[in-house]
Amino acid sequence: MAKEYHTINQVAGPLVFVGKTEPIAYGELVSIALPDGSVKRGQVLDTSDDVVVIQVFEGTGGIDRASGVKFLGETIKMPVSKDMLGRILSGSGDPLDKGPPIIPEKRLEIIGAAINPYARDNPQEFIQTGISSIDGMNTLVRGQKLPIFSGSGLPHNDIALQIARQAKVLGEKDEFAVVFAAMGITSEEAQYFMKDFERTGALKKAVVFLNLADDPAIERLLTPRLALTTAEYLAFDLDMQVLVILTDLTNYCEALRQIGAAREEVPARRGYPGYMYTDLASLYERAGRIKGKKGSITQCPILSMPGDDITHPIPDLTGYITEGQIVASRDLHRQGIYPPVAVERSLSRLMGQGIGPGHTREDHRAVSDQLYAAYAEGRDFRGLVAIVGKEALSDRDRKFLDFAAAFEDRFVRQSKDEDRTIQQTLDLGWELLSALPVDALTKIDRKFIEKYHPMNRKK
Amino acid sequence: MASGKSGRICRVAGPVVTAEGVSPRMYDVVLVGELKLMGEVIKLVGDKTVIQVYEDTSGIRPGEVVVDTGAPLQVELGPGLLSSVYDGVQRPLPVLMEKQGDFVSRGVTAPGLDRSKKWKFKPTVKKGDDLHGGMIVGEVPEGNIVHKVLLPPGVDGKVTSISEGEFTVEEPVGTLDTGHAIKLAQNWPVRSPRPYMDKLLPDIPLVTGQRVLDMLFPLAKGGTAAIPGGFGTGKTVTSQQLSKWSDAQIVVYVGCGERGNEMTEVLTTFPELEDPKSGKPLMGRTVLIANTSNMPVAAREASVYTGITIAEYYRDMGYDVSLMADSTSRWAEAMREISSRLEEMPGEEGYPAYLASRLSEFYERCGRVNTLAGPTGSISVIGAVSPSGGDFSEPVTQNTLRIVKVFWALDSKLRERRHFPAINWLTSYSLYNPILEEWYRRNVAEDWGPLRLWAMETLQKESELQEIVQLVGSDALPEEQRLTLDVARMIREFFLQQSAYHAVDTYSPLKRQYEYMNAIRHFSDLSKKAISLEVPLDKIVSLKVRADLGKLKFEETIDKDLKSILPEMDRQFAELGV
Ligand SMILES: Nc1ncnc2c1ncn2[C@@H]1O[C@H](COP(=O)(O)OP(=O)(O)OP(=O)(O)O)[C@@H](O)[C@H]1O
Ligand SMILES: [Mg+2]
Repeated sequence: MAKEYHTINQVAGPLVFVGKTEPIAYGELVSIALPDGSVKRGQVLDTSDDVVVIQVFEGTGGIDRASGVKFLGETIKMPVSKDMLGRILSGSGDPLDKGPPIIPEKRLEIIGAAINPYARDNPQEFIQTGISSIDGMNTLVRGQKLPIFSGSGLPHNDIALQIARQAKVLGEKDEFAVVFAAMGITSEEAQYFMKDFERTGALKKAVVFLNLADDPAIERLLTPRLALTTAEYLAFDLDMQVLVILTDLTNYCEALRQIGAAREEVPARRGYPGYMYTDLASLYERAGRIKGKKGSITQCPILSMPGDDITHPIPDLTGYITEGQIVASRDLHRQGIYPPVAVERSLSRLMGQGIGPGHTREDHRAVSDQLYAAYAEGRDFRGLVAIVGKEALSDRDRKFLDFAAAFEDRFVRQSKDEDRTIQQTLDLGWELLSALPVDALTKIDRKFIEKYHPMNRKK
Repeated sequence: MASGKSGRICRVAGPVVTAEGVSPRMYDVVLVGELKLMGEVIKLVGDKTVIQVYEDTSGIRPGEVVVDTGAPLQVELGPGLLSSVYDGVQRPLPVLMEKQGDFVSRGVTAPGLDRSKKWKFKPTVKKGDDLHGGMIVGEVPEGNIVHKVLLPPGVDGKVTSISEGEFTVEEPVGTLDTGHAIKLAQNWPVRSPRPYMDKLLPDIPLVTGQRVLDMLFPLAKGGTAAIPGGFGTGKTVTSQQLSKWSDAQIVVYVGCGERGNEMTEVLTTFPELEDPKSGKPLMGRTVLIANTSNMPVAAREASVYTGITIAEYYRDMGYDVSLMADSTSRWAEAMREISSRLEEMPGEEGYPAYLASRLSEFYERCGRVNTLAGPTGSISVIGAVSPSGGDFSEPVTQNTLRIVKVFWALDSKLRERRHFPAINWLTSYSLYNPILEEWYRRNVAEDWGPLRLWAMETLQKESELQEIVQLVGSDALPEEQRLTLDVARMIREFFLQQSAYHAVDTYSPLKRQYEYMNAIRHFSDLSKKAISLEVPLDKIVSLKVRADLGKLKFEETIDKDLKSILPEMDRQFAELGV
């Protein structure tokens, strides 16, 4: 039996300092028994001969000097099993759905080891989300981590749900699963997700972890790790294709900042700890494919950019780790365009590997490049038109201006249950491009114009 | 007082462990805990030793043992480095995968060089020869090159025996009169630069096949370049393009704190590509160091040194080496993380006060040199910088710019319009231009320099005119200025934009670059004449030959097309009366 210590000599924010112990391991799991009989869990952050520093997940409220501290002799592990599918668990992994406890098939460390880069397989299977601004312009592939950068009040949840509902790899019938981890979102938002999962039957194939806004903040450091450990089990032990939705990473980072401040660490930018990049990477990098394994983990983290500022450390560091980003635009949202994807600021870095012959269609790259270029050019004229009026534009320039509007209205805009095939998306792109002079299509090879341009197809 | 080879742990805080009772030297490698995790001494205070550990320290507790190995962090240098994939402390990732499975776990060591492989050695010295450190004693075929076997620097003597044959890296191939056994491999501490005779002026370009780089902002062999840019602006693609296409003989690619999938991409694409020089597989000239963002942060700190030491080793054989470090910001952050655990007084944005000196020490290790062996060799370094918030005023970018000679500024605005490579032509610079001009004049074209100036001036003029256009629209400008705008547009869209993903466009030899830019200038000259003859600009812009000039870069027949397009231009302008 683990020895119980009553030597707490300091409690500061989420941290508890315990003096005079036997040697305690770094990262060891801790349980703290409060006088009222409740038990809190924590983890060792710093251990030395004289003092052990513990980060307490469930908040330090109620802890007193007499509380009993037990070190459990192991780092944090979680039970996993196939029966987790369909279950709703708390942010620390306890059942919330009144179902039975999880009977473990395995107990896994929640701090996942890094995938050996040499063992990784190249992500290249095109995932059709049915959303044109993603499939056509910022293609998602299996094993990618592609976050949604959003802002308060924007419909990022709808986008994530639409992806979860519609995502498929063409021509395959693999086992799909969704792992959903909520960190600090409101119960109303959580309900919104749960309702949709229930309505579409996705819940049966989902594992849900809920840390809500009124749950302890430090628990948020645990929740995504539990979710990703589960995802790794489903993907690499059970061969499933797993989509992980993490929301909202901004709340996770706030918890990280809180720990840093409590430890009186020197902060980097805006009070966030200097190791936030490394910490976020330890989550986001748990996506991908492994050679010789059937399963995969695709991640779609959601984060709200404080003040819509993409240079804020949270979106900034995320963008440096993930393989692109889908940026939600407040402008488009105001114009009533759903999904309000700011195509020009979004990016999928793995797009090149997942499109083209054998994946989507041979003209995909060219069409998407041309749509980008034409849209950018059209947008440029907007500023000018505001000053000198539309009349000052040449005929050619006006066509680009109109193209940009049509692109937003028809290509980007679609309804929440509209599931477009990649053919439909690309054909729509061609249709919009055909409003421009052919000689302006500088990004498209002649052979594709001959084959796909509407003027040639009708013949 | 501390004394002895081993002691005990008294504190564990993340990657930083404190021990007592052991008295190693600074930067000695120590083995930490029962798991024998590899660590490096980074501070001595009183009788305490502070260690950064290259592996995750979870589960390690005070009281466990710490053993001093008595040697600093070193790499093994010898045949077998090429085509290898290492972590930050030179553990071969394929071997780790064999031993531990798909995930990197702890406490496993593996030598950097294969112990069992036999190499065909042919001596180039004979019994009785007087040798000094750094000299070549023989040759071994390795990858795409001939591996020169070097006597370690500092080792001198007369050859008493040497033999041809097949050897492993550990077997002696000969001896010196001092008793020194000559072997194919040697060790070198990563934090000490390898010696050379003297540094030379870098006056030969590193040809990259990337038009914007070679034509406007060239890097010299032995030079230094920084590529700063916000996320997704093209640092990695540019670094990979350089490792694929630059005319270095050896490429060391350090993936420092970046993505696992990017390493996979290199590992899957490189073996299928050919070295543009030798025609052999690209992997055969490449050493890959992959310490991804989720691998231990102390090993990330070391990875850059591991890389540059391997680069120096091939330089010492007389080769031109280029080293890409993607990203030096992650390296700086690793320093910051360790420094903050040491509770050191921070400098700007929490970075340690020694950030600037570490950066300059690193970049100082490159250059073109006369080697100890005699022939010249070079290391060119291309460092990616990932400024927080995309803001170049932050400490890593600023301290890097104080050292490097070439600045390739990536621009998010260009990225948003899919202008790739998103290198801003107005803010980027190369200080090598004047030194290299002579080489281009002799090896590519007499008027390379003037052509380059013409292009830069046109782009400069465009940016001035753009300010007016923003206010009044381009229609308000005189024809001649509108022509300048159109020519600048051709330079940007045809010449500067270059797709890394297009089979033909991805690589452009110098001769082709010259002819391409020259054709644009020819078009510009003819257009000017046409305008002076009052041909309306719209007619010029809609000439078929203009559109053709934009598209020929995607055609297999580009070199032929570039030849035939000049007379075609003359013909079409003649139809306009020019
Ligand atoms: N020369 C190029 N040709 C075509 N596409 C390019 C080129 N350079 C960059 N890109 C595009 O930009 C994307 C991002 O580039 P890259 O991954 O190199 O960015 P990065 O600067 O390394 O970002 P990070 O700092 O996040 O690692 C690529 O996935 C590719 O789509
Ligand atoms: Mg990169």
